[in-house]
Amino acid sequence: MKKTSENVLEKPASLSIAIVGSGGSGVMTAGSLLLEAAGHAGLYGIMTRSSGPQIRGGEGAALLRFSTNPVFCHSGHFDLLLAIDWLNADRFAAEITLDENSHIIGDEAIPEVFSQSGASVREISFKQLAAQSPGLRPNMIALGLIGSAIGLPGEALEDVSRKLISKKGEDAVQASLAGLSLGASNASLLDGFAAIANNLKPHPEDLPELWNISGNEAAGLGAIRGGIRFVAAYPITPATEILEWLAPSLEKVGGVLVQAEDELASVNQLIGASFGGTPSLTATSGPGLALMTESIGLAVASETPIVVVNVARGGPSTGIPTKSEQSDLNIALYGLHGDAPHLVVAPFSVSDCLFSTQWAVHLAETLQTAAIVLSDQSLGQTRSIIPRPANVSFTTRRVIQSEATENYQRYMTGGSGVSPMALPGLAGGQYTADGLEHSPTGTPSSRAEDHAQQLDKRRDKLLQHDYGEHWAHIEGDGAMAVITWGSSLAPVREALNALAAEGITVRLIAPRLLMPVQPERMAAALAGIEIALVVEQSHGAQFFHYLRAFYAPTCELHSMALPGPLAIRPDDVRKEIRKQWSRE
Amino acid sequence: MTTDTMIQSALKAKDYKSSLKPVWCAGCGDFGVLSAITRALAELKIAPQDTAVISGIGCSSRIPAYLNTYGFHGVHGRALPLATGLKISRPDLTVLVTGGDGDGFSIGGNHFMQACRRNVDMTYIVMDNQVYGMTKGQASPTTDADWDRSKMTPHGTHINPFYPLVVALASGANFIARASSSNPGGAAEVISEGINHPGFSFIQILSPCVTYRPEQRDWKKVVRPAPIEATTDPAAAARRLMTDDNFYLGVLYKGDRASFQPDGAEQPVSEAELEQEFIL
Repeated sequence: MKKTSENVLEKPASLSIAIVGSGGSGVMTAGSLLLEAAGHAGLYGIMTRSSGPQIRGGEGAALLRFSTNPVFCHSGHFDLLLAIDWLNADRFAAEITLDENSHIIGDEAIPEVFSQSGASVREISFKQLAAQSPGLRPNMIALGLIGSAIGLPGEALEDVSRKLISKKGEDAVQASLAGLSLGASNASLLDGFAAIANNLKPHPEDLPELWNISGNEAAGLGAIRGGIRFVAAYPITPATEILEWLAPSLEKVGGVLVQAEDELASVNQLIGASFGGTPSLTATSGPGLALMTESIGLAVASETPIVVVNVARGGPSTGIPTKSEQSDLNIALYGLHGDAPHLVVAPFSVSDCLFSTQWAVHLAETLQTAAIVLSDQSLGQTRSIIPRPANVSFTTRRVIQSEATENYQRYMTGGSGVSPMALPGLAGGQYTADGLEHSPTGTPSSRAEDHAQQLDKRRDKLLQHDYGEHWAHIEGDGAMAVITWGSSLAPVREALNALAAEGITVRLIAPRLLMPVQPERMAAALAGIEIALVVEQSHGAQFFHYLRAFYAPTCELHSMALPGPLAIRPDDVRKEIRKQWSRE
Repeated sequence: MTTDTMIQSALKAKDYKSSLKPVWCAGCGDFGVLSAITRALAELKIAPQDTAVISGIGCSSRIPAYLNTYGFHGVHGRALPLATGLKISRPDLTVLVTGGDGDGFSIGGNHFMQACRRNVDMTYIVMDNQVYGMTKGQASPTTDADWDRSKMTPHGTHINPFYPLVVALASGANFIARASSSNPGGAAEVISEGINHPGFSFIQILSPCVTYRPEQRDWKKVVRPAPIEATTDPAAAARRLMTDDNFYLGVLYKGDRASFQPDGAEQPVSEAELEQEFIL
């Protein structure tokens, strides 16, 4: 394949590296250390993990991409495939795409699916090298080799390795450093690859403070910044890291995390804690969200603020628990029974997991309702080198009834629709929060006028709120638009950058606030658009149907809806846009 | 004596009642339980605003609205988790959970076991009438296997009834008692003792459904005080609970487990400090 404009994305403005190996070979350690060292050297990067279904010991792939600019997704092309060993590595063939510009290094047992790609092959057995001396580990040799080939300073790799391995004792540290050095001494094997990597020179003088963080950790930090001090949750892939990060972190700031018996319990624990005045959050994934939906409706009806972070995975049912999909959109939007207006907020980058979660806490607390944050596996479990996220602070909080008044009415109607909430302990504020429809005092009522009034109250308080510019990410001009959301934003954005280089301008519209819908803002965003492509990772085109139902765009609307587990590739988006564009 | 405590010492049982009239049938045992709860709170001088009563769904779960305390009437079967979240985050409050046998032992059965295990300091009062009254007379987990008066199970359930006190003991409840709605004074004493006892207190109150189980009107003739004092020995309690006829009243088991306490830092740090681990 010749490098033509069709392959413009594959030019190495970035560098993509896949490290594969069997369980226990240290693939993930090597990848994590490489990412961390690259960050220290001033490079941006991401690392995603792919692994077999085994709980422990299965084959694994660390997929990394580096750039001198912030990087948000994989490119769909790998410059280097390094195998510590080749056991079951062919299972990753769909994710690790190679061509004649790629490089492969590993022992001679290279699977055909890779060798047939036309990539340059160098044979070396990391296991044999490691056998030369006691304590040497194949993954550290591999790490030294890659690090040297891409020009990372030796100290950067040594520092991060020492930091990780020091708890195993000085002998282990020395063995690791010897491994790095042995690897570096073989770097000439990758001369061809090093030539590509040569383009990747960081500009340390321009760098902001860099963080190494995953989307799940970022969501946890956003929760705490938003004021969350109570979390109850049940473990579930791929959301568990939020909880594992929050447990010690909440403890440090005076909060509490409780491991509940199931998701039915965790969401109800949140409602109880929030009723007592403590901002509360849980994290889960599709199956857990399905279990929680009845009680999310209770939070809506009783106007008790809670936040549910849903880190989506492939569905339905148990689906593909370790891989990403955007197919929990429908349940987040429509899963509650009755008319239950609530908030749905979708982050679109690792860094935005922090902002969106913090914003969702702010909105749920301010509007006294339930908020669902729709993250997904590809955001949550991607580890990323990013510029320090801005420290945003929101001023409005939950409106509390601060003193006893005559005839306090918890569910008083009128005004903004948000009525002051009395907290237990306030004399004269006693009321019963209720999932039964109620009058303004909270008294259960099946009267038509009470139902109508309270339905209006719960809807209007969300509609009257000004969500400001945070509602969406919008950029670019032109008569064509791509409308997308969540993790699909990254490949779309990269495709649009490539198109811009070809002289094609396309507007990008990505709502962060999915509920309540913002028709006027969307109409303004779509002004002048003649044709739009809707990009999402769901087999059922859930986002496309949502847009048609709530925004009824008058432009020509096309759907690019791909199921998981393979990530949407920037170049596929670019080709689809060109196809739609050329029809005009 | 401060003004506050003087006011509180003057609180009567009726001061804990709201102005709402219960939806219950005339003669329902739950009236006696409502009375017992208000008497216990007045006796303990716990201010209404410092009390939260949490419930799920069912006839007896309507109780929070009939009280002048804070209350939460949630979804079916999940009162215990809701109360757990409240009590853990607001340990200053007195938290009661009220409900029926279907809410607590069927749809909420797992939460019942887990609440006993977790041993959060709260008191769970189950008004047991061996029937789903609100949905008009279906068999509940405590219904006898051969009860054939429900249209839904016209030949009986063919399932052995659930023994909540035995399950509570096996699951780790710290206080186990039985009372009867026919004796609100006695029930009030047991509730007071349950509130004062640390950890998770479970109180079964036999509370007849006069509409769907009219034969339960005769319960008041067969209930009687347990002949011996509450034991602190789980093995003795197990024997007692597994051999009694379900009509002995009183405190039957008192454990000495410490209440659940969440972990917490002695010196909370600032949010900014949490960011340090991410900075390269």
